[in-house]
Amino acid sequence: MTSLLTLIVVLPLAGFLVNGTLGNRLGNRFVTVVGCGLPIASFLLAIRCTIDLLAGGSEPLLETAYTWATIGERTFEVAFYFDRLAAVMTLIVTGVGSLIHVYSTGYMKEDKSYARFFAYLNLFLFFMLLLVLGRSLFVLFVGWEGVGLASYLLIGFWFDDPEKARAGKKAFVTNRIGDAGFLLGLFLCYWGLGTLDMDHINAAFASPTPPAVSASLIGILLFIGATGKSAQIPLHVWLPDAMAGPTPVSALIHAATMVTAGVYLVARLSGLYAVAPEASQVIVVIGAATAFFAATIALAQNDIKKVLAYSTVSQLGFMFVALGVGAYGVGIFHVYTHAFFKACLFLGAGSVIHALGGEQDIRKMGGLAKKIPITFVTFLVATAAIAGIPPLAGFWSKDEILWFAFGSSRGGSPLLWAVMAATALMTAFYMFRLLWLTFFGAPRMDKEVEHHVHESPRSMTFVLIALAVFSAIGGYFDVPHFLSALPALPEPRAAAEGLEMPLLWISIAIALAGLGGAALFFGRNAARAIRVAPRLAPLRSLLAGKYFIDELYDRLLARPLFFISDRLFLRFGDRVLLDGTLDGLARLAQRTAGALGRVQTGNVHLYALFVAGGIVVALLWSFGHG
Amino acid sequence: MDKLSALLLLSLALFALGLLGVIVRRNLLVMLMCMELMLNGVNLSLVTFAQQTGTAAGAVLVFLIFVVAAAEIAIAIPIVLLLVRQKRTLDAAAFSDLKG
Repeated sequence: MTSLLTLIVVLPLAGFLVNGTLGNRLGNRFVTVVGCGLPIASFLLAIRCTIDLLAGGSEPLLETAYTWATIGERTFEVAFYFDRLAAVMTLIVTGVGSLIHVYSTGYMKEDKSYARFFAYLNLFLFFMLLLVLGRSLFVLFVGWEGVGLASYLLIGFWFDDPEKARAGKKAFVTNRIGDAGFLLGLFLCYWGLGTLDMDHINAAFASPTPPAVSASLIGILLFIGATGKSAQIPLHVWLPDAMAGPTPVSALIHAATMVTAGVYLVARLSGLYAVAPEASQVIVVIGAATAFFAATIALAQNDIKKVLAYSTVSQLGFMFVALGVGAYGVGIFHVYTHAFFKACLFLGAGSVIHALGGEQDIRKMGGLAKKIPITFVTFLVATAAIAGIPPLAGFWSKDEILWFAFGSSRGGSPLLWAVMAATALMTAFYMFRLLWLTFFGAPRMDKEVEHHVHESPRSMTFVLIALAVFSAIGGYFDVPHFLSALPALPEPRAAAEGLEMPLLWISIAIALAGLGGAALFFGRNAARAIRVAPRLAPLRSLLAGKYFIDELYDRLLARPLFFISDRLFLRFGDRVLLDGTLDGLARLAQRTAGALGRVQTGNVHLYALFVAGGIVVALLWSFGHG
Repeated sequence: MDKLSALLLLSLALFALGLLGVIVRRNLLVMLMCMELMLNGVNLSLVTFAQQTGTAAGAVLVFLIFVVAAAEIAIAIPIVLLLVRQKRTLDAAAFSDLKG
């Protein structure tokens, strides 16, 4: 057996170590070669492994890299498991990851911490591959925490800005809450099944004698972890703030790969979720609510990256809906198409920001289509893809999700379909709004800035073009079919029989309606939108304020915690209780010494008298006890 | 009352007199002399007991005490002299600098 899988994982780690320790001394050219070369090597190895996998009749490749611990008869191994699902994810992670590495060479060129940036990116890739390829939940958890760490480091990459450092902390702490659920699920799983290998877990729940532990409980606990990592309600608050990091980071970690880890986790344990209807229902409800509310928030955001961030949250909701109604392959299909068009959108946004010298407010953009044509065209393709305009990639995956939301026999319903369709409409609307405000109409930036607008270097535009091409044609690769080893796609309900084609036409109509609506409101310098704006002011402020969830958490959680820490722990516990005890002891000793010191008069006669008295007492005592 | 009891009473009287002197007299030199008195009271009792038991050990101890007392006074007198040089007085009450 070869050790190719181990090599896929370890190569980025080597990049991290080399760039992290020597990068600053060896110069940017060296950093570029190592930082981009190793991920690309990983990608090529992943292709090689996929070919091996397909040649071997889809028998999963297994590889034990290291035996972690042997306790009694049970062994904990760092083992890698490469089936079709892992193959898709590995190719996305290394492929899109490599492209974004290449893009970063242009985007981060001027940054003084160039080597550190690539070291962190490689570190992220290492942990992400550990997460995707790990056979046991344990290894997955190590990767899970590791990507959280890398995310923290990269959000706070420009840590001398306190706002950005705080965003990193927020992401980390919010994820920690989800991780508590994940850990509990992991413990429960081990307690109930005695194994953490995910293929064994799936097999155990599929067997005719299921284990005596509630699949739904494990499923819900693990899903709590997924809500943290994949930014679902109620733990979604960190992702929009995570946009403080450099734009390639937003594209790689907070759009294409890391945030889909929760989706991957559920799909990986599909055998468990298939027999956990309650957990699946929870997933559907959370996913649909997140998709809908995030989309409404995205309608009113003015920061180009914030719009994309909320659209990411919303699309992740779509994926979870697919998982919740049992269409695991379809969920991964959307992960796959989303990785392309969302990475393309973020990198395009990065290119816009780059062209405008750091401006992120879409109210100060406009009219960029002719000045940066390559960015514009690629952004247009990706926008159309996410909006679900056929025949681009997003259409295929989103339409399948909508169909299963309606027709799945495992939780599909017209209501769910209606919510998701409304979300799809909003998605198309806010994405084209973004496109219009950024690229069309009269320029709204300063003359000085306008003068300096320029297309990005070739290393960046090349990546944009590549991602736009995949956003366009990626949908023709039938991922759900490729992933047929997952539990079969659910049968349509009897009532949904024959409605597949009409629904497909409706979803096309929805996408075009979103496009038309955006054109109507934001065409001609957004004239109609400006006219309508005053009437919608309260709604707008609610949406622009993100439903004030941050403020709510601040009131309900952060402030009471702060109050308790300050009053109870600091002022009472530390200052009064601990310091008070010590000070009191010292004061007691001082006072006792003061009282006893009075005896020391310095008068020799008195001492002599004491001695004499002592002798007398001692003599009397000794006579008494004769 | 036999001779031994009389001697023991005498030694007790000497010791008590010395102790009283140390406690009540203020003059440092007198206090030193009173201490010698106490020592000699003890010496007398030692000799008396040695006579009573008929062993030489008590008498030998007395000589040892003489030597030690001589050495002690040889140190004590210079200390007193130095103290007097400091305060120009022999009054023990003047030397209460270690008052707590």
